Amino acid sequence: MSNDPSAHSGRRGAIVATSVVGGIGALCTAIPFVSTFAPSEKARAAGAPVEVDIANLKEGELIIAEWRGKPVWILKRSKEMLDSLAKTESKVADPKSERKPSELTPEYCRNQARSIKPEVLVAVGICTHLGCSPSGPFAIGANITLGDDMGFVCPCHGSTFDMAGRVWKAKPAPDNLEIPPHKYLSDTRLLIGEDNKGA
Amino acid sequence: MAAGKKEPVLVTGLGALDKPASGLLTWVDQRFPLMENWKAHLSEYYAPKNFNFWYFFGALAMLVLVIQIVTGIFLTMHYKPDAAKAFESVEYIMREVPWGWLVRYMHSTGASMFFVVIYLHMFRGLIYGSYRKPRELIWVFGVMIFLCLMAEAFFGYLLPWGQMSYWGAQVIVNLASAIPLIGPDLAIWVRGDYVVGDATLNRFFAFHVIALPLVLLGLVAAHILALHEVGSNNPDGVEINENKDPKTGIPLDGIPFHPYYTVHDIVGVVVFLMVFSAIAFFAPEMGGYFLEYNNFVPADPLKTPLHIAPVWYFTPYYSILRAMVWNFFWIDAKVWGVVAMGASTLIFFFLPWLDRSPVKSIRYRPRLHTWIYTLFVIAFLILGYLGTLPPSPVGEIVSQVCTLIYFAFFLGMPWWSRWGQFKPVPARVTM
Amino acid sequence: MKLIKSTLTAALAGVTLVIAGLCPVAQAAEADIRLDRAPADRFTDLQALQRGAAMFVNYCLNCHSAQSMRYNRLKDIGISDEQIKNNLLFTGEKVGELMTISMSKKDAKEWFGAPPPDLSVIARARASGAGSGADWLYTYLRTFYRDPSRESGWNNLAFANVGMPHVLYDLQGEQVARFVKEKDPHDPSKTVSKFEGFEIVKPGKMSKLEFDNAIGDLVGYLVWMAEPVAAQRKQLGIAVLMFLGLFLLPCAWMLNRSYWKDIH
Repeated sequence: MSNDPSAHSGRRGAIVATSVVGGIGALCTAIPFVSTFAPSEKARAAGAPVEVDIANLKEGELIIAEWRGKPVWILKRSKEMLDSLAKTESKVADPKSERKPSELTPEYCRNQARSIKPEVLVAVGICTHLGCSPSGPFAIGANITLGDDMGFVCPCHGSTFDMAGRVWKAKPAPDNLEIPPHKYLSDTRLLIGEDNKGA
Repeated sequence: MAAGKKEPVLVTGLGALDKPASGLLTWVDQRFPLMENWKAHLSEYYAPKNFNFWYFFGALAMLVLVIQIVTGIFLTMHYKPDAAKAFESVEYIMREVPWGWLVRYMHSTGASMFFVVIYLHMFRGLIYGSYRKPRELIWVFGVMIFLCLMAEAFFGYLLPWGQMSYWGAQVIVNLASAIPLIGPDLAIWVRGDYVVGDATLNRFFAFHVIALPLVLLGLVAAHILALHEVGSNNPDGVEINENKDPKTGIPLDGIPFHPYYTVHDIVGVVVFLMVFSAIAFFAPEMGGYFLEYNNFVPADPLKTPLHIAPVWYFTPYYSILRAMVWNFFWIDAKVWGVVAMGASTLIFFFLPWLDRSPVKSIRYRPRLHTWIYTLFVIAFLILGYLGTLPPSPVGEIVSQVCTLIYFAFFLGMPWWSRWGQFKPVPARVTM
Repeated sequence: MKLIKSTLTAALAGVTLVIAGLCPVAQAAEADIRLDRAPADRFTDLQALQRGAAMFVNYCLNCHSAQSMRYNRLKDIGISDEQIKNNLLFTGEKVGELMTISMSKKDAKEWFGAPPPDLSVIARARASGAGSGADWLYTYLRTFYRDPSRESGWNNLAFANVGMPHVLYDLQGEQVARFVKEKDPHDPSKTVSKFEGFEIVKPGKMSKLEFDNAIGDLVGYLVWMAEPVAAQRKQLGIAVLMFLGLFLLPCAWMLNRSYWKDIH
């Protein structure tokens, strides 16, 4: 084995070069393997937007569509339901939906009714506390927890939400119900999962 | 160079730049035989300095094993071991899993390359007498690895659930039924059903993904430990441990495996990866030998393909199986075929004791031996080629002759290995 | 010197393997007749592939499924989601769905004798020593002939007594096959029927050249569909080999030399 310094610098240079080039090669090989974890075309197709026909939705009726494995509520709100929103304005924790805007409330739904069309609420029916599905909608006086107000009540830990899915103050759930990206293809056809901002 | 146990030194091969290792290393080394093993197996494992081309294949075999395990793990994340879903899940991997096609092609190319590498590795052992005393056990572990590898490949081949997968498995498991008395029940027991089906697929999946890889890893460890216990052979068949420097105890013809052979093997690895990539990216089907065309047809238990042949790496043994066409002693030809095929693989175990040549390496053996080895290799290759073809009258005779040559090579070895004029073996290795 | 020899040997072996590997050699599908060569220049022509896709969806997808192929993968040959929706979806599927059919295997077996196979990888499955899968398909789709002795009324030169009728007869026209009885070359006491030629008895919408071109497009599409990633695979292969051969190999070589120059 040689102890001559020029041999060593030769070796060191070669070690560095091989390590760098080899490292690049290893990284380029690792990237495809790690990418295999990403959702496949099949998963992406299954997560594709869902079209719902709301032509026959009656006032006060709630239907549930499935999108990406989640229950999405579509509720035709009555005048009474919409009026209740002013009453609950002071009782809810985040009346203007300012918390986590990019996650919970798309731009086009940052209004009191949290919707595109005031009479139709489109919200993910999963409580923002620990994931149970709230019951409702309850009329005035129909539920003890809600008392005089209209809204939804989560049976697991008692969180309450108003008719726009806004969470009451001082409840276990921290956030308003998620409004999924959505758009109207026509007056009666609703597409959940895609919006005009390119969701 | 190397300090005592309390102060581990990293040998970078840069001589004067070696320095005592950091605190963490010392902490670990006081609790785990880290430096001890680093020295014993790498920086102070002295290997002969005259390794040639044939000596790359052991390291390459380890590389392919790693490639198969890693690509296998990623395939298992998406493959479905269910008779109704398996075939489709492979196409799903090829088309829809991001980069799934690359993982699949690497695994299929790796499977065939494993056998290319292993056959070349075994050939090296054959020509240089690497199986001779005191290395018999290394060879025995190696033959066990070879058998496990064949089983691993066989179980793995069922998984894509194509026509060849299905019928190949059907035929081979039916071989078990040829065993007298217990055969038919044994075949049902192996399959888990009356024909190859979902039950068979699930258990073959378990064998292929977990059971055999664990056994293989254990055997490879044993193989290398046995090697390091006695030291490597070399193309001259000279025992370097017989010529040690009186002061240091280091073999005069030995060089530390690390850094000399780690660095040398990197070149081998890169060249291998180039061949591997050329195949995986440009010719993954390899003319229908690595990915068989008929396997792109989903398994159909009701439709037997016209021509069932095993994958190329099994064809020599398949030829031997088919060559036995006579009924002897009230026992069916079918059984003799199985016996001959089994014997042709098991006979490798006995090589260390069959070889009686006074000289280890082909380099110092008589010309005659070179011709005999060449004849053996040619017979093996012909058997392999014939195994890919449908049976024919000419093919039958040729495979019978080649089978005879094959067995004569081994069974006659105690005698022919002593024939001829041997050349004097040098005391020191030749570069 | 030894290392150079080893490397060159390995490189030679590698090149040999790849060249050998590109020729379909292994015996697989039955191929008793000489196969015509499919026009390979079409396989990379996007326009031809798009025409082939349209033909496939219109003529084949009624009885055959291609259940590993997703409609929106057609974007890889230049067909947009809109174009797929407007031209290629007929029975209410969505653009992200797989090309499945509604006919059950049981019904298919009853109506056709054997269920029409899935065509996702047919171009790979039909390769053999006689030619590539594309060659077989190109020959098969052009050698249907009228045969009153068959239940469907059709027979085929590449696939004798096939259960599939000639779906494209409105394009190709109807042809009959002329056979000539000849002495069997292996056994003079027997006679075999040798195929002599086709005769169009009822012309179709396309001339022979037009039909051959259309089939060329369709076969090109089937080849693409069998492995949509093929073109990218080859491109990446070039990049990988260049990286290994031009960068990593020289580094490894120099590294090896820097240690081994001292060993004699």
